[in-house]
Amino acid sequence: MLRLTSRGRSSDRPIRWTNAARAACVAVVLLCGATAPGRLAAQGQAPQPQDEFVPVGNNPAPEQIPAAPLLIGAYIVVLGGLFFYVLSLSRRLGAVDEDVQRLEGELKRRGRG
Amino acid sequence: MPKWFNPAAILCGLMFVVSPVLIARAPDESAMGMVYKIYYYHMPSAWMFLLAPLVCGFSSALFLMRGRAEDDRRAWAAAELTVLFGALTLLTGPLWARRAWGTWWVWDARLTSSLVGWMIGWAYLILRRYGGPGSDKLAAGVALFGAVNVPFIYISVNYWRTIHPPTTVVPRLPVSMGLPLWFCVFAFLLLFVLLMTMRLRLEHARTRLDALYVALDE
Repeated sequence: MLRLTSRGRSSDRPIRWTNAARAACVAVVLLCGATAPGRLAAQGQAPQPQDEFVPVGNNPAPEQIPAAPLLIGAYIVVLGGLFFYVLSLSRRLGAVDEDVQRLEGELKRRGRG
Repeated sequence: MPKWFNPAAILCGLMFVVSPVLIARAPDESAMGMVYKIYYYHMPSAWMFLLAPLVCGFSSALFLMRGRAEDDRRAWAAAELTVLFGALTLLTGPLWARRAWGTWWVWDARLTSSLVGWMIGWAYLILRRYGGPGSDKLAAGVALFGAVNVPFIYISVNYWRTIHPPTTVVPRLPVSMGLPLWFCVFAFLLLFVLLMTMRLRLEHARTRLDALYVALDE
C-alpha cells in the first residue's frame, strides 16, 4: 500500500512519495504564478473575437482599408486556383490516357505478330 | 468517368456562375463591411480543407490495415485536394484579415494549426513523389497525423484565445447571409466530389499504364 506521509518507517517508498508530491505541488504553483501575469496581460490587450455577424443597417460601415481590391483578389485567387487545378488535372489525365491507348495498340500489334 | 459525372459537372459550373449573384445580393456585415463577403468562398474552401485530410487519413488507415491499392489511391487523391483547398483557404484568409483585423496574419491556434495541416498535406505528396519504394506506407502514417490535426483546427477557435471568429458564427447567421453561404458550401462540396472522381480516374489510368508497361516487357 502506498502511503503519502513520511511517518511510516517500514520502507523508503512513502518518504519518496511525499517528497515527489511536494515537489510537484511547488512546481505547479510556481508555473501558475509565472504564467498568470502574462495571461492577464494578454487578456487585457488582445482584441475580442467577433462571435456574431450582423447585417449592416441603413448606415454603411466606415471603410478604413479599401475592401474591393481584397474582395476581388480573394475571388480571383479561388476561381483562378480551381481553374488551373482542373486544367492541370485534365492535361495529366489526357497524357496518361494517350499513353495507355498507345501501349494497348502496341500490345495488340505484338499479339498479332 | 461515371455517368453522373457530366451532369454533376454542369450543375457545379452553374452553381459557381450563380454564386456571385447571390453573394452580391447578400448584405454587408456591420463591422467589416463589404470585405466580409470573402467569407462565402473562404469558409467552404476551409471546410473542404478539413474534409480532404479526413478522407486521406481514413483511406490511409484502411490501406495500412487491409493493404488494398484502392484505399491508397483515394488517400493520394485526397492529399492533393488537401493542398489545393488549403492553399485557397490560407490565401483568402489573409485577404480578409487585412481589412477585418488590420493584419495579414496572426500566429494564433487556428491559423497555425491550419498551416501545419497544409504542410502535412505537402509532406504526404513530397513523400509519394520522392520517397521511393515503401513510401506509400510512410505517407499513410503521415496522413494519419493530418487527420488527427483536423478536429484541433476546428475547435481551436473555441478553446484558445484568438481574433478568428468562432464556429458559432455559422448557425447564428441570418437567412440573408446564411442562404448564399450554404449555396456556396454545396457548390464546393460538389466540386470536391468531382475533383476526387477525376483524380481517382487519373490514378486508375496510371495503374493501367504501369500494368501495360509490365505486359510489354514480358
